[in-house]
Amino acid sequence: MAELPESLIKRAAQARAQADGRPYDVVLAEMKGEAPPEAAAPAAAPAAAAAPAAGGGPVRDLDAESSQFGVPRGLLERAMFARAKADGTPVPAMAGAGAPAAPAGGGGVAAPAAAPAAPAAPSGPPPGVRTQRLLTVVKANAIQGTTKEPTDKVNVWPHLLAIEFVALLAMLALLTLMSVFIDAPLLEFANFNEQPNPSKAPWYFLGLQELLAYFDPQVAGVIIPGFGLAALAFIPYIDRNPSVRPSDRKFAIAIFTVFVMAASVLTIFGSFFRGPGFNFTFPWRDGIFFDDLKTILE
Amino acid sequence: MADENGKSGGLKTAVAGLGDHLRNSQVWNSIFRPGSPMRADNQDSPRNRAYVVMNNVLYHLHPVKVKRHGVKVSYVLCLGGLSFFLFILLTITGIFLMFYYRPTSPQAYFDLQALATDVAFGQLVRNMHRWGAHLMVLTVFLHMTRVFYHGAYKPPREFNWVVGIILLLLTLLLSFTGYLLPWDQLALWAVTVGSNMAAYTPVFGEQVSFALIGGVQITADTLLRWYVLHVLFLPFIITIFMAVHFWRVRKDGGISGPL
Repeated sequence: MAELPESLIKRAAQARAQADGRPYDVVLAEMKGEAPPEAAAPAAAPAAAAAPAAGGGPVRDLDAESSQFGVPRGLLERAMFARAKADGTPVPAMAGAGAPAAPAGGGGVAAPAAAPAAPAAPSGPPPGVRTQRLLTVVKANAIQGTTKEPTDKVNVWPHLLAIEFVALLAMLALLTLMSVFIDAPLLEFANFNEQPNPSKAPWYFLGLQELLAYFDPQVAGVIIPGFGLAALAFIPYIDRNPSVRPSDRKFAIAIFTVFVMAASVLTIFGSFFRGPGFNFTFPWRDGIFFDDLKTILE
Repeated sequence: MADENGKSGGLKTAVAGLGDHLRNSQVWNSIFRPGSPMRADNQDSPRNRAYVVMNNVLYHLHPVKVKRHGVKVSYVLCLGGLSFFLFILLTITGIFLMFYYRPTSPQAYFDLQALATDVAFGQLVRNMHRWGAHLMVLTVFLHMTRVFYHGAYKPPREFNWVVGIILLLLTLLLSFTGYLLPWDQLALWAVTVGSNMAAYTPVFGEQVSFALIGGVQITADTLLRWYVLHVLFLPFIITIFMAVHFWRVRKDGGISGPL
């Protein structure tokens, strides 16, 4: 058997002493397997002094104990029988006027108060009496421990839904106002024989079109965007750094920021700084060649 | 004077009584499930706050509770939610536009002109559809950068990042296919430039271009092809991926942790 810490034994003895109504040091010695202290043995129960047992066995006045400790008499009786059975000792005689002939559970095993001495050790508790014992008292933070820290959470309603609703209204207002004041572009009817100069892709592809000015079409139009997209998709499998703290992932942030900045600069460059023939131009000098957002800019 | 006050007060009471009667009716209580703030007997309690989310098909996308730092506007800037909202707005305005649009040449162009002159709010709805599409490309891209800077793609969220990249691609494709539909000079030549890029694909570039524009060059057939892609095929695909995306957000533990 594992060695129990002294503190646990003491605590258990304390609890049992309180439950049994016996002195603490007796129970402690018993638990440790030592001989009980001499002085404590005869004066076991505080109330026992009131009526010494005729047969030499301990006598307990359950009524007095009940009123002293505020424990129902029935429980004390039950504990007494359980105790006797567990220890193999005779059931103590009961003193006091209110002591019944038999405990509440019935059965004739208990010694009546009038009996001069406790009879032979009873074979067991009366039927219907459960023999439960308080083994020890475990503090919640001593042995059992929660492994998961509770997280600080708030109700989605109203905290999140209210914010989302406001964001939604703000977006709707922005879009509606923009649409009231700025018309979407509609140029002349599509004409296959008249290519405008410059011809530009939709604005989100203008970064790629800008790349076409520097690289071979296969490189700028397919390889760079293809590999770029693949690299983007594989970021979680490339970046094995588990930390999310910015200070721990300077390299990843630097690379990604370069990507975002390059995409933005190329898109802005292709949109505003490219004129007829997709040649370089200054928007403030030659005007804006960007039909996509023409109506916004005018 | 007093008589008038009495009359208007009586009317007020009558209207209020009607409202109470309505909110206590069986019909009303059958529509608004327990916990709804719309119900007359609703009280603010932790249990009812949970019911608001659990008992509503739309709010049910959310968990009952979220981490406190997740509701800070400065943390997510609502970018994912706004992208979804813009998608819904684009669906609604797009359905409106479908009533007045024929994907054939030259009717497509004339229908857009008619939208500006003959249809009530036609131009406004078209503007919302157009600017909303541009905004959605922007919000989806910014949502991606936000997720990156928070390291929110790290385990267990790796796959949801991949789904997100697919959603970004689908958003671009949706916007690009819609670009041709006005059938004006801007649409025709922007799409020409864009699809020419696809033709540079090594080995099977010609085939990619052919499949994309439905021929060796852009014609009215391309218009029909892109229309179907734009209003049916791509929305269908993106809806499936969005469902997976939102579901995985929940399954992977909700909003990512604080920095």
